[in-house]
Amino acid sequence: MKHKSSTDLLQFTPKGIWCPPADVYIDPWRPVKKAMITHGHADHSRYGHRSYLASTTAGPAIKYRLGDINLQTINFGEKINVNGVQFSFHPAGHILGSAQIRVEHKGEVWVASGDYKLEDDGLAEAFEPVKCHTFITESTFGLPVYDWQPQEAVFADINDWWRKNAAEGKVSFITGYSLGKAQRILQGLDSSIGKIYTHGAVENINEVMRLQGIPLPDTIRVTGDISSKDYPTNLVLAPPSALNSAWMKKFKPISIAIASGWMTLRGARRRKAVERGFVLSDHVDWKDLNKAIEATEASRVIVTHGYTSIYTKYLLELGLDAEAAQTEFTGESIDEDDTPSDEKDTTL
Amino acid sequence: MKNFAELFTQLDQTTKTLKKVAALVDFFERANDEDRLWAIAILSHRRPKRTVKTSLMRVWAAELAGVPLWLFEESYHVVGDLAETIALVLPPPTTRHDASLSDWIAVIKSLEKQEDALKKEVVVKAWEGMAYPERFVFNKLITGGFRVGVSQKLMMRALAQFEGQEENSIAHRLMGNWTPDNTTYEELIRSENPLDDVSRPYPFYLAYALESEPATLGDPANWQVERKWDGIRGQVIVREGNLFVWSRGEELVTDKFPEYHHLADLLPDGTVIDGEILPYKAGQPLTFNVLQTRIGRKNVTKKILESAPVVLMCYDLLELEGEDLRTRPLQQRRKLLEKVVKENPSEVLLLSEVIQFSEWEQTAEERANSRQHLSEGLMIKKLDSSYRSGRKKGDWWKWKIDPLTIDAVMIYAQQGHGRRANLYTDYTFAVWNDEELVPFTKAYSGLTDKEFNKITAWVRKNTKERFGPVRSVKPELVFEIAFEGINASSRHKSGVALRFPRMLRWRTDKKIEEANTLADLKSMLELYG
Ligand SMILES: [Zn+2]
Ligand SMILES: [Zn+2]
Repeated sequence: MKHKSSTDLLQFTPKGIWCPPADVYIDPWRPVKKAMITHGHADHSRYGHRSYLASTTAGPAIKYRLGDINLQTINFGEKINVNGVQFSFHPAGHILGSAQIRVEHKGEVWVASGDYKLEDDGLAEAFEPVKCHTFITESTFGLPVYDWQPQEAVFADINDWWRKNAAEGKVSFITGYSLGKAQRILQGLDSSIGKIYTHGAVENINEVMRLQGIPLPDTIRVTGDISSKDYPTNLVLAPPSALNSAWMKKFKPISIAIASGWMTLRGARRRKAVERGFVLSDHVDWKDLNKAIEATEASRVIVTHGYTSIYTKYLLELGLDAEAAQTEFTGESIDEDDTPSDEKDTTL
Repeated sequence: MKNFAELFTQLDQTTKTLKKVAALVDFFERANDEDRLWAIAILSHRRPKRTVKTSLMRVWAAELAGVPLWLFEESYHVVGDLAETIALVLPPPTTRHDASLSDWIAVIKSLEKQEDALKKEVVVKAWEGMAYPERFVFNKLITGGFRVGVSQKLMMRALAQFEGQEENSIAHRLMGNWTPDNTTYEELIRSENPLDDVSRPYPFYLAYALESEPATLGDPANWQVERKWDGIRGQVIVREGNLFVWSRGEELVTDKFPEYHHLADLLPDGTVIDGEILPYKAGQPLTFNVLQTRIGRKNVTKKILESAPVVLMCYDLLELEGEDLRTRPLQQRRKLLEKVVKENPSEVLLLSEVIQFSEWEQTAEERANSRQHLSEGLMIKKLDSSYRSGRKKGDWWKWKIDPLTIDAVMIYAQQGHGRRANLYTDYTFAVWNDEELVPFTKAYSGLTDKEFNKITAWVRKNTKERFGPVRSVKPELVFEIAFEGINASSRHKSGVALRFPRMLRWRTDKKIEEANTLADLKSMLELYG
């Protein structure tokens, strides 16, 4: 919202997070000349920039989504100098290729972390703590009510649910956003229970990742050629926007589940009126958020999306120099997903 | 407790009625009589007396979680439920307790006269031995407000199934003044004569809203039409010389209405009248507002009795000389009701007038006149209908008038909580007064989740200022606000207060210049206030 001082190495402008000496923007939400992108989710990676820089493993999905863009990639840990400012990308653990961007100029170090989580999910490169003076953090789940179970426990619940549905002759229908969450769920599914069918938006990303050499369990894209009799006892993996769509109505009998951090709240589960809500998030929970910030040893913290004002107040009480910044990042949503609209309509 | 917590989890995990009933039956099969009785009590909104202040529970939970109290309160605001918030912030259990539902209730009851320090010790120890679902249920037992996504009706259906009894008979057994302290499961559910409780009311028969034209109901000669009065539906019972007044919410409200007390001597023993508790003065009803203020007061003072006196607008006769009349046709019950009211004249007993008509068109005219009578519309009842229990389709219909509406501009937005945490769902609306937008009401329902999503994204981008959880937004969005009534109010800057305001639709087709004015509201106040 306010600019602490115009000499800040990274500044919050109407176009995005700006580094004046390099004239580079991080995850900008308006078209700019030079953009560095933390990861491919739609609120961080947008159309219209003249040049893009992203991590090597994030590159393919970004390119797939944004099409013919001018994209350079960089390996984690590799350094690049722009006008005397040194940039490097470090794993954020959020989704495959997601990065924190470290910015160093005249001995001052800033880190813009995009979205991140500490638990190593086996798919995204594990989060790496980066020491800095100023840390820019999300706070999507920045309240003490959010406390994640280890993913093994969640996957066990998901597989139990699937097994039970299979025994009752039902289709297990589960949603998670198509880039990242879907593949993470996929990786945790027990393929011995049945077949895994995928929505087109999910399968497109699966294909991108398989081409990158990421091993994923076998999946079958849902198409009109498949008889609706084939689905019962098997599982369908789809993005949140497919929930209650005409597309979904073709699977029956059905049991519907959502995998999201928001499923912590009974109110959110009831609002979506699904049978099961599995608490699985690609963002940090409360304890890991605090752990991550402590590990940076930063004295100044800028809070972007999420419970910004509440979490800022908490950090101020801890004695940190904290402030909230207004951005157009949106965090995890159970109502909409990150899928571009042209990928949403997959007809049977 | 594990059984009950598991029941709760299962009820929460399904939206299917059949599965809910099955889960309840399963619980009844496994539980002992004491746990059954308590489960029935809780699911019919009879919780144990509160023995621990919730303000203390918040402090203890914050302390255990290692977070400042204000942060706990912020979390509570987002979650929207105290029992859930506490269950979520507490650190993982260190041991596992093995006490039953009724054991825990006994523990909670034993805390009543204890020192706070001991209460804390007991509650903290309880928390430390429970996983999330048990903690949630335990907290709910203390704080009340147990909404488990299962209606009383489903619980009764399951119990009827489990006991092999009729649902109606179970519903009747569960009415009235009982608590698990003054009865047993055997006595309440299995005793031969459930009517030994003289205060016991009958389950109310509720009407469905008529969505189509009344002509679809067929021959007008088969129907009785009355006004739908805007008070509190109630049952007045006189048995063994005692008077009991029940509200539709199954609350015993005898003390709140001294006007009725002489009925104990006036009406013959074994009389039950279904009617509307209606504020009424000088030959006409007063607005619901008047009754609402009266109910809110702790004591019924002389002044209240003068300014907001009530009558009973009698609709139906359910019991006469101790005989249950509910299976008789309405036509007969009405005749007997007229007789009772005539033979026992009292200024608080008024007969709900039957509107004479031969063509359905005439009823439409009467409905259009509703506001002049301070009524909410019409009731349409089949002449041969019996008095059923609960909301049943087919015989009784309510045909309400269309709400009043006004187009207004959204100027503030606030995040909802619970079901709608993280969405901006609570808005403040304004109308024009010259060049100025004057706020006149808040509203938070009436839109779809999809619309709330869209508006939430819009609010984030169009915030002008933040005041804590409230954001002032650019005046740009226009909504049609519907409401049931309008009253003068000195507490509001606009000078008016609306009854049941809600958003009827988002007028994306309208510019803010096209919104209504304060003068429009004032003229509505003159017409309907
Ligand atoms: Zn993301
Ligand atoms: Zn984000």
